[in-house]
Amino acid sequence: MPVSLKNEAAIAGIGMTEFSKASGVSELSLAAQCIVAACDDAGLQTSEIDGLVSYTLDSSDEIEVARAVGAGDLSFFSKINYGGGAAVGTIAQAAMAVATGQASTVVCYRAMNGRSGKRMGQGVSGDIITSDLVHWSWYMTYGMLIPGSWIAIIANKYMHRYGVTREDLGRVAISQRNYALSNPRAWGYGKALTMEQYLASEPIAFPLCLYDFCQETDGGVAILVTSAERARDLRCKPAVIRGVTQAATQGQEQMTSFYRDELESLPEMEMAARRVYAQAGLGPADIDAACLYDAFTSEVIMQLESFGFCERGEGKDLVRAGELDIGGRLPNNTHGGLISEAYVHGMNNIAEGVRLVRGESTGQPDKNVEHVLVSSGVGVPTGALILGKD
Amino acid sequence: MDATRIKPPLGPDNRWWWDMADHDKLGIQRCTDCKTLRHPPRPMCGECRSLEWDAVEASGNGTICSYTVLTHPRFPGYDYPLIIVLVDLEEGTRLTSQLVDCTPEEVDFELPVVMTIQQDADGFKLPVFQLAERA
Repeated sequence: MPVSLKNEAAIAGIGMTEFSKASGVSELSLAAQCIVAACDDAGLQTSEIDGLVSYTLDSSDEIEVARAVGAGDLSFFSKINYGGGAAVGTIAQAAMAVATGQASTVVCYRAMNGRSGKRMGQGVSGDIITSDLVHWSWYMTYGMLIPGSWIAIIANKYMHRYGVTREDLGRVAISQRNYALSNPRAWGYGKALTMEQYLASEPIAFPLCLYDFCQETDGGVAILVTSAERARDLRCKPAVIRGVTQAATQGQEQMTSFYRDELESLPEMEMAARRVYAQAGLGPADIDAACLYDAFTSEVIMQLESFGFCERGEGKDLVRAGELDIGGRLPNNTHGGLISEAYVHGMNNIAEGVRLVRGESTGQPDKNVEHVLVSSGVGVPTGALILGKD
Repeated sequence: MDATRIKPPLGPDNRWWWDMADHDKLGIQRCTDCKTLRHPPRPMCGECRSLEWDAVEASGNGTICSYTVLTHPRFPGYDYPLIIVLVDLEEGTRLTSQLVDCTPEEVDFELPVVMTIQQDADGFKLPVFQLAERA
């Protein structure tokens, strides 16, 4: 009988550093600080950590982190590829480790000087031949160096087919900025964004302009996963992992899945949806709030369709009706998201999912939040997570 | 020397494509067993697992499947505004390239385009596209 991950593990602690544009410290320092914060949140000692999971893009290796924070002996460590596509994948790995006894206290972390250090989209090239470098070369040789240039090809096609307008993208940006207004951690804290400002923002990769892009951030976020049973005895209310999966589909490329018959949908996100709903025994109607990965505004609208909150082409209608706002059907990215809180490669969206389940978000909806959906990066091998109240 | 575009790393899976471009041709990889065309090139046919392949020369005719216009940031070695097109070739494969001799206002979905070879100041050649009505 295969082991189901449903209800086996829970998130017992979240921790983060300050989010800034210039941390002034190393990425390893950020990693260590957010991990200690996650342990404090859970009421555990760092010496109890026996598993660590991060991103292949993270510069702080598990053993460096373990030495820095004084972790215990490690029986599980892994890193996941594909940028923000790794986000909930780290939770999937941690939950599997906990459910199978490979480790008992696993911390997932992502810490980056994403603004003051290595920024996204600076190009990669070199004499070493890897399949990854050959992949990027089909695009970078032509000048497609930034993530926005890859996403724009899909966004433009999608918007053209379904009549999605710049104002629709603006509604997503403004909805999330409105949440950030009351979140002191957020880049958008106290900074209102109007549609006028949005529409006047600098074009970057048509049809995407400045406010369609996420932040570039220095910061770290850590998520502590342990068994659901143990989590009940710890300091905070557990966010139980009802379902979690990774997903990559046929024709998948990293950011450039341009060769499929249809470009106006996200097959990997639809796969993640099918699997996470089946595992949790839940459907879209059971989801009370979401943190849909939002490196770009267009991705949020497309995911509403992938996860079955509406039919194909109707994502814009939910946005126009204000359903992602605090009083709507599906409050989304109630911390401001990657667009208006910080870009920590999706780990900060997982942390917000935990806050929503605990009832502790600065954008907490005025309703019972039983289940929260969190997704990983869009346009890359990805994944989905459903967190639930105990 | 002025800054130039980022060059592709050249290995056994892709060098031939750039060699064809250097000879003013747009190549498409073809499985010699099941005859399936594929792009971007890969060492094995995903349809029949054959490692045998050759290349056909594309006619260069296609239509714009999607596009973007890049205006910021401006990296050295590229011309802005930079119109990037995803082209459906008449042979059935698709590739990303640049649309030249065209303004951002003129580019649109489904427009017919024709391949032309562009040579950079440093001698590097790459297949780009023009609007068919202008070729």
